[in-house]
Amino acid sequence: MTAALHDGGRVLAESTVVDARRHGELLMPAVDRVLGEAGAAIGDVTGIVVGTGPGPYTGLRVGLVTAAAFGDALGVPVHGICTLDGIAYAAGLAGVEGPFVVATDARRKEVYWARYDSPREPVTEPAVDRPADIAQAVAGLPAVGAGAALYPEVFTDVRAPEHQSAGALAALGALRLAEGAEFAPPLPLYLRRPDAQVPAGYKAVLPK
Amino acid sequence: MADEPLVLGIETSCDETGVGIVRGHTLLADAVASSVDDHARYGGVVPEIASRAHLEAMVPTIQRALKEAGVAASDLDGIAVTAGPGLAGALLVGVSAAKAYAYALGKPLYGVNHLASHICVDQLEHGALPEPTMALLVSGGHSSLLLAPDITSDVRPLGSTIDDAAGEAFDKVARVLGLGFPGGPAVDRHARDGDPKAIRFPRGLTGPRDAPYDFSFSGLKTAVARWVEAQRRDGLDVPVADVAASFQEAVVDVLTRKAIRACKEHGVDHLMIGGGVAANSRLRSLALERCEDAGIVLRVPRRALCTDNGAMVAALGAEMVARNRPSSTWDLPADSSLPVTEVSVPGHSHPHPEEHTHSHDHVHELSKDNLY
Ligand SMILES: [Zn+2]
Repeated sequence: MTAALHDGGRVLAESTVVDARRHGELLMPAVDRVLGEAGAAIGDVTGIVVGTGPGPYTGLRVGLVTAAAFGDALGVPVHGICTLDGIAYAAGLAGVEGPFVVATDARRKEVYWARYDSPREPVTEPAVDRPADIAQAVAGLPAVGAGAALYPEVFTDVRAPEHQSAGALAALGALRLAEGAEFAPPLPLYLRRPDAQVPAGYKAVLPK
Repeated sequence: MADEPLVLGIETSCDETGVGIVRGHTLLADAVASSVDDHARYGGVVPEIASRAHLEAMVPTIQRALKEAGVAASDLDGIAVTAGPGLAGALLVGVSAAKAYAYALGKPLYGVNHLASHICVDQLEHGALPEPTMALLVSGGHSSLLLAPDITSDVRPLGSTIDDAAGEAFDKVARVLGLGFPGGPAVDRHARDGDPKAIRFPRGLTGPRDAPYDFSFSGLKTAVARWVEAQRRDGLDVPVADVAASFQEAVVDVLTRKAIRACKEHGVDHLMIGGGVAANSRLRSLALERCEDAGIVLRVPRRALCTDNGAMVAALGAEMVARNRPSSTWDLPADSSLPVTEVSVPGHSHPHPEEHTHSHDHVHELSKDNLY
């Protein structure tokens, strides 16, 4: 859960907490804190950048619905950025160059991942896979993200950063805005179908 | 009256994205987007599908409600939202949206209880609730008898189901009879052509030593399934209308009998019935008959207000504003098992009862003036 305020030139304030289960409670106090630290009010904001995932659905929805509601209430645009692109950009800021991989934890022994030629050039679409199944595709490449750190047998050259930073995401957003580049729609990249068990008919209660 | 509180309410505890706007006791808008069709083929609400649908529907439904009410978001006196009980992921979409609107618009946020909202919605239909009010809430998620001396702060559970909710029993019996999902309206429709006395199905928890206000529908559901299976096994036709009518009669007989008893034993002369099952025509007619016999005034809102909707949340929010109840803090959690005794949720910063000695350090409630 990460929130930041960016003025087009630099990050004015940022708050990042790693707690996968309390996004709903942490986000608005963090926004309030970030604005307070920067001496700004929500009404000063001229645009919202939001991570569209892939990532755990519940937290993803908290971020997306908050961004959408802010956008509607304030009358400002909401821009989506793939979460993996945000981490790749942060990796660039941390000094990672050349081809590398971003991999985050998708749980169920899988990772969300994509390959990048450089911090702003993804060469594959975000995907969800078992690490062993993508071992060849990522072999020998530096890897960033918490998913890479979880599977050292596949990702043999793990680098920082581990987590998303809203500061980096906002900075990437500001860059794209300045360039007039396209944004993704602020919609979730789920990558998996919803878990939905079809009840197997009704259970007979009388012995046959 | 223009000085009555203007409140927008958001409800996402199950499969309906509801946004309502009320001014005091007046309903201005009731916008609902339902994902029920997406769940039908699963025979029940699938939480992940519901959460996905809420996210898509949230902002458009709010825009629709504001347009329908003909008010500007900036005119609102507060934003209320269901904080629980309900599906955790679904609740969280509504709570997050409510926070963002409240924060961006500089309005107080009210996290309220879904069940109390079901009761309070009747103010939009029949005016101020008498205090106390007895409430029977019946739906696919709840079957409760509640005594409400103050709908904004004091709601007491007298009894509830010990197994299935009444609405669940309707769904399961509809499945046994092959009537589809949701089962309530289908059973009601078929029951109209049937004889409610054709089959004597059991009345759960009505013995002299049983809990007087608790319900049980699991045994009834099983009895219906056994009866239907026995018919089929013996190569006999299943009289769908008679089974539906007899099952429905068993449910509403128990519900109304216990509700009337609760009114009498607590000296309450008003009974409110809410929740999706309150749309059942036989429940309405039997309740009316028995209330008249007992000298009790029955209050049942129109069907659209009985099922889950945003207007009910707005109604409770407006009452909270009118009575100067504390608003919620920005760390308001969504609580899937919020007890009905917690009518509103002032937020995490609020002290737990056992921490009262420290309460002065922790209370940090928001008023309209210090939102930022
Ligand atoms: Zn309900």
